[in-house]
Amino acid sequence: MFSRSIKIFMGGVIAAAAALTHGALAAGPTLQKIKERGELACGVSQGIGGFSMPDSSGKWTGLDVDFCRAIAAAVFNDASKVQFVALSAKDRFTALQSGSVDLLSRNTTWTMSRETTLGMSFAVVNFYDGQGLLANKSLGVASVKDLSGATVCLTSGTTHEMNLADYFRTYDLKYEAIVFVTADETIKAFESGRCDVYTADMSAVYAQKSKLKQPDDYAVLPELISKEPLGPAVRQGDAEWANIVKWTHFAMVNAEEFGVNHANIAEMRKSQNPEIRRLLGLEGNLGETLGLSNDWADRIVAQVGNYGEVFEANLGAQSPLAIKRGVNALWSKGGLQYAPPMR
Amino acid sequence: MLAGVLFYGLYSAFANMSSNLAEQRIASGFGFLAHPAGFGIAQALIPWSEAMTYARAYLVGLLNTLLVSLVAIFFSTILGFFVGIIRLTPNWTLSQLAKWYVEIVRNLPLLFQILFWYLAVLATMPAPRSAISILDVAFISQRGIALPRLVYGDGAGIWLTALVLAVGCLFLYRRWSKAHQPRLKRGWFLPYAAVATVLGAWLIIDSPFSFAIPKQERFNLTGGLTILPEFAALLIALTVYSSAFIGEIVRAGIQAVPKGQVEAGRALGIGNSLLLRFIVIPQAMRIIIPLLTSQYLNIIKNSSLGVTIGYPELVSVGGTMLNQTGQAIEVVGMWMMTYLTISLATSLFMNWYNTRMALVER
Repeated sequence: MFSRSIKIFMGGVIAAAAALTHGALAAGPTLQKIKERGELACGVSQGIGGFSMPDSSGKWTGLDVDFCRAIAAAVFNDASKVQFVALSAKDRFTALQSGSVDLLSRNTTWTMSRETTLGMSFAVVNFYDGQGLLANKSLGVASVKDLSGATVCLTSGTTHEMNLADYFRTYDLKYEAIVFVTADETIKAFESGRCDVYTADMSAVYAQKSKLKQPDDYAVLPELISKEPLGPAVRQGDAEWANIVKWTHFAMVNAEEFGVNHANIAEMRKSQNPEIRRLLGLEGNLGETLGLSNDWADRIVAQVGNYGEVFEANLGAQSPLAIKRGVNALWSKGGLQYAPPMR
Repeated sequence: MLAGVLFYGLYSAFANMSSNLAEQRIASGFGFLAHPAGFGIAQALIPWSEAMTYARAYLVGLLNTLLVSLVAIFFSTILGFFVGIIRLTPNWTLSQLAKWYVEIVRNLPLLFQILFWYLAVLATMPAPRSAISILDVAFISQRGIALPRLVYGDGAGIWLTALVLAVGCLFLYRRWSKAHQPRLKRGWFLPYAAVATVLGAWLIIDSPFSFAIPKQERFNLTGGLTILPEFAALLIALTVYSSAFIGEIVRAGIQAVPKGQVEAGRALGIGNSLLLRFIVIPQAMRIIIPLLTSQYLNIIKNSSLGVTIGYPELVSVGGTMLNQTGQAIEVVGMWMMTYLTISLATSLFMNWYNTRMALVER
């Protein structure tokens, strides 16, 4: 009886392994696969305000979501041809590796080990962030250095677990980490008082704070305890697809730099500025070299907007989060957003 | 031939997997287990710090899984037998109470029950600064239950050894006397001997034990022994949920004992509780034990739901490892082998116990 159950178990293992490997073998160049499917499978977060959040009618909004739409606009000439796959921090890498999503546009930090051991490739940084902490004002805490002995709520599968451990070790502070699977569970536990502090990327800290019942009872601590360059990631080994993702972001940044936006694009098509003409595909064949049509960037700006517009609408002054551009401003305005020339 | 097909299947699946991983440049192998883990774990039965290895982190998670499973098995068995027996009492109110307990608990999803205890019950306890105090030595707050911690002083080891030896001797003496002098009235002697031994050792060594009482500090109650609310919620949910099933198993087992056995007992003038203890339950156990085994396996496997409320068990710690290292196949393989081993060990033990019970019966 014992050996029979082992045989059955092994049979199951083989079936599972076969299922696991089949998908990877069938995967061809990503662009081809997306065109056949008729829509882009885009991995986004399950709900972080400003980055990706479904509203009451089920429509997704946010910076990461708009990036998915920009790619759909470039590939299909239809920004709505995106299937949003909501992924927990824990499941996101496996989802990308196994091919369930074509692209991870999910406030994911670019780290070395993720590129060297996870088979991922980060295309660009579309949001420069850092890890921040949120504490209840009643604790009277003014700095992270006051937190020795505190209990911290955070989400598993993120860089935050390690950053927190590193920081607290560096300054010889004690802490207790309570780790949850989703961002929602984490903030709920924090709000109920299970923890003294909540930690995540600073942008997410602001987003979650705005969702609390009494946001004014909580204060964001001044320190950033890490660098968190967030950006979209693809599987390694498909340079054509990586280029499309990379240059979609660069096209949006360049569009902002040249002053091309959603509202004035019709007028800009008449511009004599050679840089704008190349961007909009009126001169040269940059779009074709990507495997798309020449007006790909025109479609992105017309249907989604340039980087600055997308930022302002989702994170900036026009949004409830009111995050300042800061380091995410264009390089020409003292920020870090710098796109290579399109020529 | 089957073995050949199996081997070929396994081999080609493995080769396929390796080449796919290599093609996608995903690192593989178990080398990562020796690297420093670098993350904190809220509850560790063995000393833990961030500088220790992933292998050690996994062990911490495994021990947390075993702890919550074993304690839940212990309490759900007691509660389950209680519920099962109550359900069969002639007292209408009691049996209806037991019935509704079983029906409600058994029909609500376990995950829901875990979240209920965690979010609706334990999270509503007061904050640590206004913790409920029990005689100023134990405190209940939303951060858990803080209890005095036993501190071992000099000579504690000797004292504990003496205690173990004394208990061992008493046990052997009892067996020996049972075998050789079945009619000896020795009941009064044993407890006194035990107490005398313990007190004697205490006096000689001058009490090596003391207690550390939890103190209210800036953020939390520290210094004592803390039972995390995550542990408490998971334990209560597992215990309550499984006790309903065990209650039904016990009821079925008891009802399966031929009525003639009870009638024969009654005819001999044996009272209800003795009848249950010496005639019904021993026979019912033969039916109960195999079913109890599956319930125990369920408890062990269900403890993995602790991941949703942040209890650092195998799946939670393994999940963090998986994400920090990206070694999905290795970590999932470790999970499978670990749960398989725990489950097979449990069922081997229960089968051994079952055979033993069955032999005693016949």
